[in-house]
Amino acid sequence: MNASKRMTPRTRGVTLRTRGFSMRLDLRGAIVGLLLVVLSLVMAVVLIGTGDFPIAPADVLNTLAGNGNPAQDFIINELRMPRVLVGLLVGAALGLSGALFQSISRNPLGSPDVVGFGQGSAAGALAVIVLFQGGPGAVAAGAVVGGLVTGAGVYGLAWRKGVHGYRLVLVGIGASSMLSAVNGYLLTKADLQDATRAVVWLTGSLNGRDWSQVWPLATVCAVLLPVVLAYARDLRMLEMGDDSAYALGVRVERTRLVLMLAAVVLTASATAAAGPVAFVALTAPQLARRLTRSSGPNLLPSAWMGAGLLITADWSAQRLFGADQLPVGVLTGMLGGGYLLWLLVTERKAGRI
Amino acid sequence: MTLVSPAKAGTETATAPPGRRTARRAAGLVASVAVLLVVLAASVAIGAKPIPLDDVWHGLFHYSGQNSDVVIRDVRVPRTVLGLLVGIGLGLSGAVIQALTRNPLADPGLLGLSTGAAAAVVSAISFLGITSLTGYVWFAFFGTAVASVLVYALGGSRGATPVRLALAGTAVYAALYGYVNAVQLLDGVALDKMRFWMVGSLASANMTIVQQVAPFLLVGSVLALALARPLNAVALGDDTARALGTHLGRTRALSMLAVTLLCGAATAACGPIAFVGLMVPHLVRALTGPDLRWILPYAAVLSPVLVLGADVIGRVAARPAELQVGVVTTFIGGPVFIYLVRRRRMAQL
Repeated sequence: MNASKRMTPRTRGVTLRTRGFSMRLDLRGAIVGLLLVVLSLVMAVVLIGTGDFPIAPADVLNTLAGNGNPAQDFIINELRMPRVLVGLLVGAALGLSGALFQSISRNPLGSPDVVGFGQGSAAGALAVIVLFQGGPGAVAAGAVVGGLVTGAGVYGLAWRKGVHGYRLVLVGIGASSMLSAVNGYLLTKADLQDATRAVVWLTGSLNGRDWSQVWPLATVCAVLLPVVLAYARDLRMLEMGDDSAYALGVRVERTRLVLMLAAVVLTASATAAAGPVAFVALTAPQLARRLTRSSGPNLLPSAWMGAGLLITADWSAQRLFGADQLPVGVLTGMLGGGYLLWLLVTERKAGRI
Repeated sequence: MTLVSPAKAGTETATAPPGRRTARRAAGLVASVAVLLVVLAASVAIGAKPIPLDDVWHGLFHYSGQNSDVVIRDVRVPRTVLGLLVGIGLGLSGAVIQALTRNPLADPGLLGLSTGAAAAVVSAISFLGITSLTGYVWFAFFGTAVASVLVYALGGSRGATPVRLALAGTAVYAALYGYVNAVQLLDGVALDKMRFWMVGSLASANMTIVQQVAPFLLVGSVLALALARPLNAVALGDDTARALGTHLGRTRALSMLAVTLLCGAATAACGPIAFVGLMVPHLVRALTGPDLRWILPYAAVLSPVLVLGADVIGRVAARPAELQVGVVTTFIGGPVFIYLVRRRRMAQL
């Protein structure tokens, strides 16, 4: 970010005022958010139309409005719609929790991927797959439990008269490498079929998702989004440092705990639905921030960006490798690597690192 | 990127007169070597079939072909020697990387080197049909070398800074990890082989592998030890190092070469073993202070202690099966790491 540019006294927001209520609206942020929503929905329609039985976008919209023929109706509403919805919700949940983590840990690399919650859910799911040969429901439950237990453990271990952002990241790194050793060990104990299933799960996939995965995830998002947005102002203050936030009247530890909890639950439910899809949580907030050009956590744009990213990645995976050949997580992983490289080159050109 | 502020040498060490400090460090090194000898003996004696120490002596020096002699010569000794070599390689490469990136939490995994090895091995299995451990060695080595060149080139060979190297390492790691996953998912055989390779194990050690990797480890070790002085200067910051007459570009290139040789050979021999390269130099720094001329020898002696100790524990803990050494080192390393993080003061890079 160019500090001098950001400091110029340019009105970049509009203030909405009525009696007893006023609110500042960041115009650029709002427009970017809107564009991202539109983009996600367009990609969603395209993705619904993609597959072994292609359907034109117009037909997709027609069928969604309830005017399709029975075959299209079945394919869209029973097979592809849940998958796309899971993709949108998982992407949004990951983008949002990534924005929360990066803001709380004050570290642009602080995503649940890095902090170890992903490995926690993976360990939970792998234990269910390998030790108990559980079905999809049990795997999802195992992932949630694993993620939550790891989250609580990391938070507890990082606690020393309050949680310091960096200590949290480092404890997370330690915990996640231990868990990844557990995961590696469990993989060697499994038979090959279970191991394959486990690796597909570990990569993160949207294949074969149905409505039973949509509803829990939608509920979690519907409950947590308002909570997170209610704390968004406090989070913005928190970015200025604990002391300044205290001085401005923010309850620092409570804000951090609530938001961290929300981020963990979001990650855990996203992981339960699709597996630990790599890098969406890391890249979505950063891309969103680059588009809105505003400081602060950029919560909503990050969520929309996450949704758009995941859906686009799923569509590309299907186009590039053929339907259901490779799970979406492979592509997001490679995209994440590419993004980091791009970051490296541009930051270097700008002379910042 | 984050890091822990460089470990302060114990205050008493810092205030002691130089002569006594050197004596104390030397005594500590001798004690470490003694510990290493004990662990070496334990590694030969303890296992699925415990062998009394006098039989160990007999097997080593008066080979007569009895049962325990065969076990010692064909199984335990290669495994112990390989553990020793791998430990030295991981410890030294970790110490060099931490000095090079000025990040006390750096390890070979951070620079994407192990993932480079994994990518090469998975390609060898899937595309060339190679499935024997001795066959992997060269591919793993080659993969590490390519990853290391890539990271170095991306990190900016001329003006490589610590942050840039770490970021380049993470990027290479991410891209290669995606590739490894994709190949595994498309090829069941590769997945089956890779899941055993990835945890890091000494179980299938034999003298062929030892002979394959030993020369690289030797050259790498000599190079690493020779780099102690210039890397000490690098620790003071680029400008100061240059003012002190250090050739920064050459030091960085040679350090990457040493790391590639050491870490590449270690990974090639037994798969990626996590945490040794991170933890041992980190702990050693608390004992010796920031002088690499002491850190490097200490790390070279104490890392094999950790590797072989973990291997012995792995043999005993889950009898009759074995826990792979990579799993055990992480399980010892993780808690120690978290303890260190809790204890030390944090600083921003």
